Amino acid sequence: MAMIEYQNIFTQVQVRGAPEVGLDEQGTLSGERIGTPGFSNLAGWIGNAQLGPIYLGWAGMVSLGCGCLWLNIIGINMLAQVNWSIPELLRQGFWLALEPPSPQYGLKIPPLQDGGWYIISSFFLLVAVCSWWLRSYMLAQEQKMGKHVAWAFGSAIWLFLVLGLFRPILMGSWSEMVPYGIFPHLDWTTAFSIRYGNLYYNPFHCLSIVFLYGSVLLFAMHGATILAVTRYGGDRELEQIADRGTASERAALFWRWTMGFNATMEGIHRWAWWFAVLTPITGGIGILLTGTVVDNWFIWAQEHHFAPMYDGSYGYGEYGTYEGFIGQGGN
Amino acid sequence: MLPNWFFKWNSERPANIYGPAILVGAVGSAVIVVVALISLGQPYATASIQTGPAGTGMSRTEFKSDLAKPDPSIEAMYFDEPYIPEGGENLAKDIYKNVQVLGDLTEDNFNRVMGAMTQWVAPEQGCAYCHGDVALEEYGADDLYTKVVARRMIQMTQNINENWDGHVNVNKEVGVTCFTCHRGENVPSDIWFRIAPVTKATEGWSAVQNRVTVQSQYTSLPSDALETYLLKTESIKVHNLDAHADEYPSDPDVPTWQNAERTFSLMNYISNSLGVNCVFCHNSRAFYDPGQVTPQWATELLGISMVQELNNEYLVPLTEVYPPERLGPVYQDAPKAACKTCHKGYQQPLQGTNVIGNYPELAATGAPVYD
Repeated sequence: MAMIEYQNIFTQVQVRGAPEVGLDEQGTLSGERIGTPGFSNLAGWIGNAQLGPIYLGWAGMVSLGCGCLWLNIIGINMLAQVNWSIPELLRQGFWLALEPPSPQYGLKIPPLQDGGWYIISSFFLLVAVCSWWLRSYMLAQEQKMGKHVAWAFGSAIWLFLVLGLFRPILMGSWSEMVPYGIFPHLDWTTAFSIRYGNLYYNPFHCLSIVFLYGSVLLFAMHGATILAVTRYGGDRELEQIADRGTASERAALFWRWTMGFNATMEGIHRWAWWFAVLTPITGGIGILLTGTVVDNWFIWAQEHHFAPMYDGSYGYGEYGTYEGFIGQGGN
Repeated sequence: MLPNWFFKWNSERPANIYGPAILVGAVGSAVIVVVALISLGQPYATASIQTGPAGTGMSRTEFKSDLAKPDPSIEAMYFDEPYIPEGGENLAKDIYKNVQVLGDLTEDNFNRVMGAMTQWVAPEQGCAYCHGDVALEEYGADDLYTKVVARRMIQMTQNINENWDGHVNVNKEVGVTCFTCHRGENVPSDIWFRIAPVTKATEGWSAVQNRVTVQSQYTSLPSDALETYLLKTESIKVHNLDAHADEYPSDPDVPTWQNAERTFSLMNYISNSLGVNCVFCHNSRAFYDPGQVTPQWATELLGISMVQELNNEYLVPLTEVYPPERLGPVYQDAPKAACKTCHKGYQQPLQGTNVIGNYPELAATGAPVYD
């Protein structure tokens, strides 16, 4: 009997040897790395089985320290809001938030209880994120790599800075920043869209969605293609880029025959990188224009003739009756 | 535990039993589910009613099983028919002492309405709930707060039916009586009190939200929406009606996204109160646009004005009359009404049952008109 076996949920083979520690030309790196390397079977299913050592460097230390301060300021503020009750913190945890200041303070420093702690914690978050970016840049430099990861992270930081720094300054109020809380930041998203007349009519929001969903599609296509040719060595992508083998040939033929066009072993990664990076870049532009340049996106869309009116009547009375709907006669 | 021959037999006949078992299990389960769905029907079937132009997604969907259950309060409602006066009867104001409302009723009808009110508001305590445990001759006294409140509530009911006809009789004659809110209870369900600020540790914008409260309908939206809009009558609108506007959030009276959250909180409360969704009234692509709303939006707008009047002219002025146990937990404020106090989760209270038809005495101020 032919057996059906699905092979691609987890990595099937785990190569184990002495822990791989990498290059150390100056002989200083190993001294700065933390942790004894070990192996995890579980980690091996989804990635490399080796865990550690980790290199933080000064930028990593600054980032982790500031990040911890940011998180703790939020947590302690939340705890204060529930009168220092741990059970209440757990019960209302998803509802609680550290909120930006009230609008009347503008760009002035607000009182601690009305957004002051928020501003302080935001400063630490800014330092944490920026030094983590610096770390990603310096680590790439250390490995004599391109800086693609740092610039991709930078595009996310652009959106982060638009939301928390550039737009609030242009709007003249720190109150425009996003609350730090699980449900509250989602409330902000909804309220922001509604306040400015429906963000879906913001063309840069449209572009951002295109690139977001496009990234997902590309990721699925690429992941599926490579998994499909691993049996020919296609997962060894770098070798395939330098010396195209049968895996690349088959993958390319598959897509060319499917849709008339195929990416290359190298080019697919440029597609993926640009789609991912353009998601927050276009999104950030859209946010930056909202409330500063455009105050009602729906009306803006009407003025630019891409929000057509629908034919048809408004109100359930045109389509049925309440009595009919609840089953008390009628139609 | 098992005999050795079993393991021996197995080891001599190696076979992968897991693959076929999973295959048979998966296919078998699928067959059972499909057969069950076909023969027993979809257990979560829904029905929907369109509320706007095709293509806008404007529709309200409910489970058929929910729609099949009528509001149980309809069955529980007490009512009796009026005695049509033939002329010449003695009126309540001539017979009884201290009759400030309903005085133009004939004696039979006066007692009929009193009896109904007892069933609607105090079925357990009876007449004594308002009149006290005293002889009939003493019923004119205003010794109990319940009687003073009841009189004012009769005036409120008459006012709603007479002056807010556009809200309570918009589709057909429905009206309100004591039962619409009270449903056989001394204190109606779904009343509300002021609670903001909800934290002691914060001030301003931080202090009015992000708590699991009834006022926020268990969301993290502001808990002060009801008091801001239905008591203080501040503007619910947050939009600019031009694509470009020269204004800043720190300017006074410029609505910010925080105002949008408060409006959202009120709208969410209204939706829950009526058991409907946003697109029952609005085309969600442009919430603010009066050119893209349903007739129900106008009915609702009237309802908001009505609730503002009820709270400010009838309910809050009674604060001094109530005993402490009837007042709010934070500010000792009077209990207040809003959409849910009448609607209780239904699009129309008591699913549109005509409650006022048998009670022309409550349908308007002044002498009742029987027809």
